[in-house]
Amino acid sequence: MFYRETGQFKTSYAADQQLFPILQDRIALLVLLLVAFAAVPALASEYWLTALLTPLLVFALATIGLNILTGYAGQLSLGSGAFMAVGAFAAYNLVLRLPALPVLVSFVLAGLVAALVGIAFGLPSLRIKGFYLAVATLAAQFFIPWLLVKVAWFSNYSASGVITTQPVQIMGFVFDSPVRRYLLVLSIVSLLALLAKNMVRSRVGRAWMAVRDMDVAAEVIGIPIMRTKLTAFAVSSFYCGIAGALYAFAYLGSVEPDGFNLDLSFRILFMVIIGGVGSIMGSFLGAAFITLLPIFLDVLLTDLARGFNLNLAPGTTSMTQLLVFGALIIFFLIVEPHGLARLWQIAKEKLRLWPFPY
Amino acid sequence: MQALKRAIIILLAGATALTAAWAIAQQASTQFIGITGYRVGPYGANGAAFFSGFIDYLNLVNERDGGINGVKLSWEECETEYNNAKGVECYERLKAKVATGPTAVHPMSTGITYALLDKAPVDKIPLITFGYGRTDAVDGRVFPWVFPLVSNYWDAATGIVKFIGEKEGGNDKLKGKKIVLLYHDSAYGKEPHPVLEAEAKNLGFELKMIAVPHPGNEQQSQWLQIRQYQPDWVILWGWGVMNATALKTAQKVGFPREKMVGNWWAGSEIDTEAAEGAANGYYAASLNLAGTDFPVVQDVQKLLVAKGKSQSNPKLVGTVLWNRGLAAAMMTVEAVRTAQGKFGKKPLTGEQVRWGIENLNIDAKRLQQLGFNSMVPTIKTSCTDHSGSGLVRFQQWNGTQWKSVSEWMSGDRAMVHKMVEESAGKYAAEKNITPACLKG
Repeated sequence: MFYRETGQFKTSYAADQQLFPILQDRIALLVLLLVAFAAVPALASEYWLTALLTPLLVFALATIGLNILTGYAGQLSLGSGAFMAVGAFAAYNLVLRLPALPVLVSFVLAGLVAALVGIAFGLPSLRIKGFYLAVATLAAQFFIPWLLVKVAWFSNYSASGVITTQPVQIMGFVFDSPVRRYLLVLSIVSLLALLAKNMVRSRVGRAWMAVRDMDVAAEVIGIPIMRTKLTAFAVSSFYCGIAGALYAFAYLGSVEPDGFNLDLSFRILFMVIIGGVGSIMGSFLGAAFITLLPIFLDVLLTDLARGFNLNLAPGTTSMTQLLVFGALIIFFLIVEPHGLARLWQIAKEKLRLWPFPY
Repeated sequence: MQALKRAIIILLAGATALTAAWAIAQQASTQFIGITGYRVGPYGANGAAFFSGFIDYLNLVNERDGGINGVKLSWEECETEYNNAKGVECYERLKAKVATGPTAVHPMSTGITYALLDKAPVDKIPLITFGYGRTDAVDGRVFPWVFPLVSNYWDAATGIVKFIGEKEGGNDKLKGKKIVLLYHDSAYGKEPHPVLEAEAKNLGFELKMIAVPHPGNEQQSQWLQIRQYQPDWVILWGWGVMNATALKTAQKVGFPREKMVGNWWAGSEIDTEAAEGAANGYYAASLNLAGTDFPVVQDVQKLLVAKGKSQSNPKLVGTVLWNRGLAAAMMTVEAVRTAQGKFGKKPLTGEQVRWGIENLNIDAKRLQQLGFNSMVPTIKTSCTDHSGSGLVRFQQWNGTQWKSVSEWMSGDRAMVHKMVEESAGKYAAEKNITPACLKG
């Protein structure tokens, strides 16, 4: 009834090509952005902003990065954590050694450094595919954190290899409170997400998908395989690099190379799989599922145990939380193997017919 | 089906809201202590021992003394899995629980300590890092909110060198000796490098540093190198499975365990029992003694374990890490008690407790009263010395338990102090901090 595109006629090419062709989608997105930019900072508590929403957005950005590579270009990668590390350490060193540069420029440069590293580790993709490529990207995952520990210059000779990030200051405005940091992350993430949404339906994005679906066919119709795969690696690593810089500067404030371990890469891959392979919206849903659900389960279980006066052995709630979380992942993958984004799509299709499905 | 689902959801939501309200009401008049612990994950065994001891002591204070001067303690533990991001989430969650905040936080992880370093001054919550964390935080003028109580890694490194010197019959005998540092190839393992290099130069011994990659369950090549090098001593700077593997491989290549000294993260029952007999004779520097002979441990056994009020696995009681948890809780409680002397007998805020930690004075007499006797060294903190001690003590594994083989001793404190000041000064310059003592 409400969600129906009937009657929305496209009268120009521009209208036909716009990012969100349905009016209701545009309104929904605007409302969402308004809520995120205005209502959330006004209403959310410090805990919500620092511990839940900021990491959610940072991980969503990293997930978009991996989704571009794995979901759109079909190249399996286990190196996202390492590319985040490159972004974080590059941004730290740029701010430290070139203080004249504005912070945002440093972030972009850090993303570009990550992109270069991504291209280097993407070279094997020209020859190997699928699971073998995943193993090749594992090399990045082990090599980069090792290098960052080994060469003390990267951490400015800190005895323990941990870097503490500098305050973020843009045109004299210091992003020091939880609300400000949240807004910084939100602005960067929304901008890059829109960019990604636009990119995947451009010539570049279509080339990625052609390579993903069948690389021989893509080559036959004239898509340069090498350039396409390497741009996918570059763009993906750029996104991961920016996410890493935000992870360090706006979320944790101090990071160590060991923090960007294989575990993190796997988490990002799970976000892609749960959220929906090949979907920008799914990246947000997946990141929300993987970062928020364990915390909610934990809070719920702790409160329930306290409420029913159960004297559980310590650690029981944490173990139960892991069990429930694992079971939920399996449940979702069985019910909807294409991820949460597919569920959303089904919901939209149903909404179009509601309330008179034929 | 639908109705049932809805009913369950409503019930769950209601129960959560009710219990949350009830929990807050319970905690309003108590000194709430937020605990960022870990019992699952790769280091879960270590965390379980430490935090069981920690909670048992809080429980004991409530059961035996009726709280601190009548103010009961309450606490909540949040699982960090030894993960920095989860640690920050837990910290934020516990911080918002009650108005007075989580008292003082023991992160029990160097990574989480670093992640909280910038948050603590803003939130006015003190961090106590007992034997880990940022070494130069000893300088309270630069790090007013961080307390690496008792001893740090550099104290341990110089202490171990001194211990080896004593075994050799004096520091002058170290000249020309060969010492190997076998370390976990991580930030933690690299921590002692500058101090040991300086010591090698001062005392004239040869130092060779050999890295073991994480997790360290394969050390054939490292021990082959050690056998070829034929060192007089091996310093073991390991964590987790690496320690037991080092001891077993040492036995295999025939290196005497009596010539191996570990630091305190390489010196718990978890390490030596896993080495199955290969650990006999092995030394380790420690922050606290193991054993159940201390009156406070016997109180826990009598008043909590025997009555079923303890949540510890009874096998853990009296082990190195369990006792360390007990001591860590005691320091928090004593800091609150000290602060109560100034601010009154009521639940105190983090800012008031910080003053208590900075003016802590636990002398030998007080340790006797508390039933800790010689388990930990005496502690007297001040603004310029946030560790309050700097002492270590050596224990030897006799096949079934750790036995103390030295008095509380210190390494080269003057050198450590100088290096701490340099490092803290560098941090202050990087962060634009003007070093100064906090008042009140």
